[in-house]
Amino acid sequence: MKANNRKLDLKSGRVELSHGSGGRAMAKLVGELFHAAFANAELLKGNDQAAFSVEAGRMVMSTDGYVVTPLFFPGGNIGDLAVNGTVNDVAMAGATPLWLSAAFVIEEGLPLADLKAIVDAMAEAARTAGVAIVTGDTKVVERGKADGVFITTTGVGVVPDGLALSADRARPGDVVILSGTIGDHGIAVMSKRENLSFETAIVSDSMALNGLVAAMVAAGGDAIRVMRDPTRGGLAATLNELAESSRVGIVVEEEAIPIRAEVAAACELLGLDPLYVANEGKLVAIVAPDKAEAVLAAMQADSAGRDAAIVGRVVEDDHHFVQMTTAFGGGRMVDWLSGDQLPRIC
Amino acid sequence: MKYVDEFRDGKIARRLAAAIAEAADPARDYRFMEFCGGHTHAISRYGIEDLLPDNVRMIHGPGCPVCVLPVGRVDAAIRLARRPEVTLLTYGDLMRVPGSGGVSLLRAKAEGADIRMVYSTLDALKIAESEPDREVVFFAIGFETTTPPTALALKLAKNKGLANFTVYSNHVLTPAAISHILESPEVRKLGTVRIDGFIGPAHVSTVIGTRPYDYFAEEFEKPVVVAGFEPLDVMQAILMLVTQVNDGRHVVENQYVRAVRPEGNLTAQREVAEVFELRESFEWRGLGEVPYSALRIRPAYAGFDAEKRFDIPYVPAPDNPACDCGAILRGVKEPRDCKLFGTVCTPETPMGSCMVSSEGACAAHWTYGRFRDPAGARRKAS
Ligand code: SF4
Repeated sequence: MKANNRKLDLKSGRVELSHGSGGRAMAKLVGELFHAAFANAELLKGNDQAAFSVEAGRMVMSTDGYVVTPLFFPGGNIGDLAVNGTVNDVAMAGATPLWLSAAFVIEEGLPLADLKAIVDAMAEAARTAGVAIVTGDTKVVERGKADGVFITTTGVGVVPDGLALSADRARPGDVVILSGTIGDHGIAVMSKRENLSFETAIVSDSMALNGLVAAMVAAGGDAIRVMRDPTRGGLAATLNELAESSRVGIVVEEEAIPIRAEVAAACELLGLDPLYVANEGKLVAIVAPDKAEAVLAAMQADSAGRDAAIVGRVVEDDHHFVQMTTAFGGGRMVDWLSGDQLPRIC
Repeated sequence: MKYVDEFRDGKIARRLAAAIAEAADPARDYRFMEFCGGHTHAISRYGIEDLLPDNVRMIHGPGCPVCVLPVGRVDAAIRLARRPEVTLLTYGDLMRVPGSGGVSLLRAKAEGADIRMVYSTLDALKIAESEPDREVVFFAIGFETTTPPTALALKLAKNKGLANFTVYSNHVLTPAAISHILESPEVRKLGTVRIDGFIGPAHVSTVIGTRPYDYFAEEFEKPVVVAGFEPLDVMQAILMLVTQVNDGRHVVENQYVRAVRPEGNLTAQREVAEVFELRESFEWRGLGEVPYSALRIRPAYAGFDAEKRFDIPYVPAPDNPACDCGAILRGVKEPRDCKLFGTVCTPETPMGSCMVSSEGACAAHWTYGRFRDPAGARRKAS
């Protein structure tokens, strides 16, 4: 039984099927890795559930599964992504995120050192965002049945009184604000894909936005109609979703949309439109015109919204089209993405 | 977006637009065809049509390699990929093109065929070298720009004696297609559609030069301007065409002096000629059979020709008869004239070649321009 008393070999060990089978190996993995990293009173009780008392008022809950290749990319890894992404989904309701759960599906053979780096990144991201990971689950599947590790996180938060942000509340005349540069995450991840590696200094923008949201809510309150983080599908998908839900049109100005020169150049090289490239630390807010400047100023004063800009306006449009005035002064549609964005050939 | 790029400067664009408006004679109209899908994309993506006076109209040509590939050849590639011993490699934008019954390479891949996306022919060679047990087939498509890399891969494969590497060649030629359009009955004899000039693709001319266009300029009395792919390049080319038409000239001009020489790249031309020869005829989706418009692999390289190694029967798969692509590619109709446009035919479910990639006329109009259609009346921001 001696072997079982040894600590996890975090240097060169690998995840084995036994780490998910409910026995001593699993207890060790959970104790030495997850509990050690996420350390909080609720989790350490070792219950199958977390208990917390609720305040009066509205609560929000959101869940998301995280799958990314490669697991590690410039500016982050799947761990911080899984925390920040769900924190942001909760925060987009104007809420203060408080608790998270995390479920792991791990592929047999994943180096324990990688798992530790991922778990540490989650713990760090949770600390930065001020949330606690209070319950979780671990499964190990045979090699080939998963891609390294899949993480699902669920977040719960409370909404300040008087806020009812919702995607159907945009009205003609409202202002569209974007919190910063687009495309950083998608290009950072793509730059490390097999077959596609190109040199770039671009790092993912993976970041929790609850601090920024709190500052915006303080400045704009209920004049903020809706917020959404443009992740998969990029800014274009988010604008189309909002136009559709609110049954309005949106017109954006190409010249107003912040983008890093390196991201623009990489998109050019790959034949991608940055409007469709993923972000993980940006938000779009639609705000009533009278509070737009105040919300914008509050955003620019926060480090997560330094490059925030007014990028467009909500207009009446029976077709719910998103249109863009190009840098040339011409017009174009910003349509839903059809299929995947695949690099083009010539 | 904050492009500081000199080729994307909005101010220069507006100056060029003003120059075009001033040069264009209000007493006549101008109809130019941009042959290449790259130009179609730039025009739609930057809203260049909005910057042109009403009497200058652009007709979107057939120069999108993915669009003009006949469905029958997509089907053939899929059948090939479904053989257990075959690994089919291709460029990304071909993956989504639906073949018969809506089955694309992506779908076949999901169903278990070994189909992989590559970014260069050299990647394809590497895969063949590292997996000697697989029959690696490179599904090659494209105009003159993509032909030299394929030729190079074939030569390298021969030098290395790579026994498991073959190419399924679908390379096509720009000048042949332009001739075909100019010689089509609608344009030449009936005169129902006038095309006053062409914008030729610069990247093709970096390889073939500008000389192949001299023939059109002389024979058909049409000006040709070879232009780069930046939106400003396109606008400058339009200005050059308007000026030639006004002056009654019809010569080949080179807007893209940055990289194009009249004779082109002779080394690349030699490499291509060593490996490829002309096909007597090749089917273009949307145009039909076009004589001497495509390349096949020479007998000296037969060992690397997928059409020789495998039995690839060609089963033609005609497009929906209601599809107006042929008329659109010749400038006779516009996408919105097609009754399938936006109803059954969308980029997700293309019924014809022009809807296949955003470089095709219908897809570009759907993706970027349909807000201009009367039914989708454009709302100006107040
Ligand atoms: S809309 Fe579709 S069916 Fe109609 S011409 Fe275009 S590609 Fe053909």
